[in-house]
Amino acid sequence: MKSRIPLILLACGSFNPITNMHMRLFELARDHLHQTGRYQVIEGIMSPVNDDYGKKGLVSARHRIAMAKLALKTSDWIRVDPWESEQKTWTETVKVLRHHYNESLALFQSKKELMKNKQLTERRTEDPLSHQHSVLPELKLLCGADFLQTFKTPNLWKEEHIKEIVDKFGLVCISRAGSDPAQYINESGLLTTYQHNIFLVKEWIQNEISATQIRYALCRGLSVKYLVPDSVISYIAHHNIYTEESERKNEGDLLQPLKLHNKMVNPLND
Amino acid sequence: LILLACGSFNPITNMHMRLFELARDHLHQTGQYQVIEGIMSPVNDDYGKKGLVSARHRIAMAKLALKTSDWIRVDPWESEQKTWTETVKVLSLSLPVKMLSLEFTSHHHRIPVQSKTKGVAKAGRPNKHRNLSFPFVFLVLPELKLLCGADFLQTFKTPNLWKEEHIKEIVDKFGLVCISRAGSDPAQYINESGLLTTYQHNIFLVKEWIQNEISATQIRYALCRGLSVKYLVPDSVISYIAHHNIYTEESERKNEGDLLQPLKLH
Repeated sequence: MKSRIPLILLACGSFNPITNMHMRLFELARDHLHQTGRYQVIEGIMSPVNDDYGKKGLVSARHRIAMAKLALKTSDWIRVDPWESEQKTWTETVKVLRHHYNESLALFQSKKELMKNKQLTERRTEDPLSHQHSVLPELKLLCGADFLQTFKTPNLWKEEHIKEIVDKFGLVCISRAGSDPAQYINESGLLTTYQHNIFLVKEWIQNEISATQIRYALCRGLSVKYLVPDSVISYIAHHNIYTEESERKNEGDLLQPLKLHNKMVNPLND
Repeated sequence: LILLACGSFNPITNMHMRLFELARDHLHQTGQYQVIEGIMSPVNDDYGKKGLVSARHRIAMAKLALKTSDWIRVDPWESEQKTWTETVKVLSLSLPVKMLSLEFTSHHHRIPVQSKTKGVAKAGRPNKHRNLSFPFVFLVLPELKLLCGADFLQTFKTPNLWKEEHIKEIVDKFGLVCISRAGSDPAQYINESGLLTTYQHNIFLVKEWIQNEISATQIRYALCRGLSVKYLVPDSVISYIAHHNIYTEESERKNEGDLLQPLKLH
């Protein structure tokens, strides 16, 4: 029996704040990939963006990480990773992918070594479980269909990075209502070339919990119960995180990737 | 004001509970009402809807889901009757009982007070409430309104499902709080109905500001196929369903081909 490829899902985003929908993306992706028969999803990683990204209304990573941790307490396979948010500056998505891939590779190597040593000392013949460990894990970027569309935004992405993401890693793309990712892939030569490595997952329920609307509701004292875990709601109330003031943060600023692009193009305008 | 939602709750989902939260926020923002309680009333097994599992389970799941709510509760009365009960009867019988029990339980009720700094008390903020420790006589009679989705309004059109005089009693004597789903235009439907237009002052239309269409039917579908429903349904409910193996292909076939009870009676 051909063993399934171990797969890790990585989602990058603001998670400002984390919502039930974010967590649904992971569950949907995992179900879909398991149903292909080819993959075994072994881990889900949520990577909140660095404060330096400069998005309007982005609250401190300290809080966003804390909320994600609370929300993911009840998950036995998804975790939040603070690496990206702890860097000195904003990190390009492809670099985050590389980092986590290298981490998983290192873990894989050390596990393999451990298994090998174990077999040598115990003089056991190869047991069926070791099959799993002999297959290199893959790391794929989990995203919504709207994320795919950001590839079009001028200067937001480097062409070679998009290529590396879809070629070396792969995308698992959950389609929101009103999005037609298949069409968008057709319109892009690059994406069409690597469409075998872009998994399109249909979100079978209408579940559009926009974090922006959540923040809006919180500012106005409206309930977000059942859209965001109770523990996160308590945390937000306790720390008074989302206010009219927090929404104005970074207002008018350029996103960091665009700032960097401008610097490259106009190095003297600093 | 008390909100009463009738439905299958087969199973209860996060969306069902959202209806209550949305309705409460909306009614509070009118400045005219204080929502003091939410009641979920799962329909009797006798209703005969396809795939309807035993009320015992549906009540148990709702109880688990509502554990974390301090104002919404599930009421088994309707499901415990010998037969299916018309919605208007559930409403009629809920109110007098409510008024009686409120007098006795009022010392447990936290009545929100006007915040000194802002104009309107925010919904459901325990730290702004005051505990009244003496018997309390209501100067204003509580109202009881039926909480529903916009699709519920449309069922008034289904031939023989509703008695005309019942629809009138519901919108006149009680009132509706109707949460609009995407693709529904309840205002238009009200315009098309003379009866509803007459009582439109007692029909509150609430816009669901996020797209949150967690259909219980799709949940059951997913459960049958071993797909995840985590974050759509409370964890405690998911565990319960798994433990009792409630939703299966077999359970989905229950009542298949049968008429709904109100149509049978007609």
